[in-house]
Amino acid sequence: MKTLEEIKNEVIDDFSMFDEWLDKYEYLIELGKKLEGYPESAKTDDKLIKGCQSRVWLDCKVEDGRLFFNADSDAIITKGIISLLIGVYSGRTPSEIAEDDFSFVENIGLKENLSPTRANGLVSMIATIKATAEKYGRE
Amino acid sequence: MKVDSVRKHFPILETKVYGKPLVYLDNAASIQRPQSVVDKWNALTTSGNANIHRAVHYLSSIATDEYENARDRVRAFLNAKSREEIIFTSGTTASINLVAYSFGEAFVHEGDEIIVAESEHHSDIVPWQLMCGRKGAILKVLPIDDCGRLMVETLPELISERTKLLAVAQISNVLGLINPVKEIVSICHSMGCKVLVDGAQGVVHGGMDVQDSDCDFYAFSGHKIYAATGTGVLYGKKELLDQMPPYMGGGEMIHTVRFSGTTFAPLPEKFEAGTQNFNAQPTLIPALDMAEMLEDQELQAYSKEVKSFVYKALTEDPDIVLYGTSDDLSKKIALFSFSVRGVHHEDLALIMDKMGIALRSGQMCAEPLMDHFGVTGMLRASFAPYNTMEEAEYFIASLHKAIDMLR
Repeated sequence: MKTLEEIKNEVIDDFSMFDEWLDKYEYLIELGKKLEGYPESAKTDDKLIKGCQSRVWLDCKVEDGRLFFNADSDAIITKGIISLLIGVYSGRTPSEIAEDDFSFVENIGLKENLSPTRANGLVSMIATIKATAEKYGRE
Repeated sequence: MKVDSVRKHFPILETKVYGKPLVYLDNAASIQRPQSVVDKWNALTTSGNANIHRAVHYLSSIATDEYENARDRVRAFLNAKSREEIIFTSGTTASINLVAYSFGEAFVHEGDEIIVAESEHHSDIVPWQLMCGRKGAILKVLPIDDCGRLMVETLPELISERTKLLAVAQISNVLGLINPVKEIVSICHSMGCKVLVDGAQGVVHGGMDVQDSDCDFYAFSGHKIYAATGTGVLYGKKELLDQMPPYMGGGEMIHTVRFSGTTFAPLPEKFEAGTQNFNAQPTLIPALDMAEMLEDQELQAYSKEVKSFVYKALTEDPDIVLYGTSDDLSKKIALFSFSVRGVHHEDLALIMDKMGIALRSGQMCAEPLMDHFGVTGMLRASFAPYNTMEEAEYFIASLHKAIDMLR
């Protein structure tokens, strides 16, 4: 199994292939389109990530001490961003996620290329993933 | 007058964003400022900066003259009867809050009613809700139909003998439809109800003759009509303003202050407490000059072509839903709020930003209107007289490209 560092480096490599941000959006849109299988029944208010302008739902289950995330959004780029995040952090242990600094997001230039409201949304997504990991870490 | 010569007055339009020419279509949020406005602010800051009305020294008298000249300029622009009816504020929101508070204190009692239109901006809803909460009054709603048209025909039934005031936008910031203000005022007055007109969007699209329309209050922001931000105006009929208590207490608005009681300055200072935005309000002079210059017939004919082109392109596309439609395009300004089936408005705004196009997306400070149309948000393109046909064509082509990317 790949380490968290290896997966993050793969994402950074993927992003470095694109020169223009329009291409990077196209990549995020593809990621968003591929993210499927989030049940309508789980689109409940308690799973909404607070602080995002578009609606983003995040769900999590534990298997063998590892966290597996599932997510959806009504905006496709936002969905691509959450897909990117859960693609990196799904299958990791709570302590791995809780101790990670999420700095790869800055390495790919994601945050500064979003509008301020979307950047806040990204911060909220990261905070929710971390909080979820911390919650399961305590249990 | 050609559009190219207009653009020369607005240096920011030369900006490149992400290496592409800026196409600024968020004019309804804030319109760009001409060099003459920038120069006025610079001149006052660098060589006319002093607090107004308080000192006898040279700089203070320059600053005071500029500030009061701006008041005269606004009076002429609105065709108000007297300069005492022109109150400077920080913008439309401040103007409406002033009326909601002071008119409420003077005239509204428990069980009285206030009416707002369903299509109002939050700034023309929330101040009235707050006032109704304070006074025990009831807030009623003038509805719109599915084209976005105000259902003015319901007014005679909606207004009762307890209705004290109706607040309505001259033009909705979402629908871009020109509301029949004169007709509304006439119905309201015949039933003893006063009218506040929110001119935030309307002021730059034809302005307002306050005597001809006979509205009781008119509010607008400077930054939506080429002036510096933080400037704004409240017009009010003198006989009403005279009966209304001050909104804020402080310097400038007083006559004498004793611990036994304070008397207030006459209009307009009664409503201008504290240090005013004296470097910025005078920018209303070149700003209103610019607005009047752009009334030019040749330019207006060109802008009308741009408007028709965009309206046609958006209404003919079966995937696009345009909000605020009219068979008569003279009743709609070049402001287009729309949604695209199956595509989120924010995704479109984000991608089109990278194409150099500045749009607005979201609820546009009009949640009740979003609820009416059953959407969580819209995308809005709002044009100014300096926008070209080439920009309009690029906007439509880019929109289709962005839709293709997202589908």
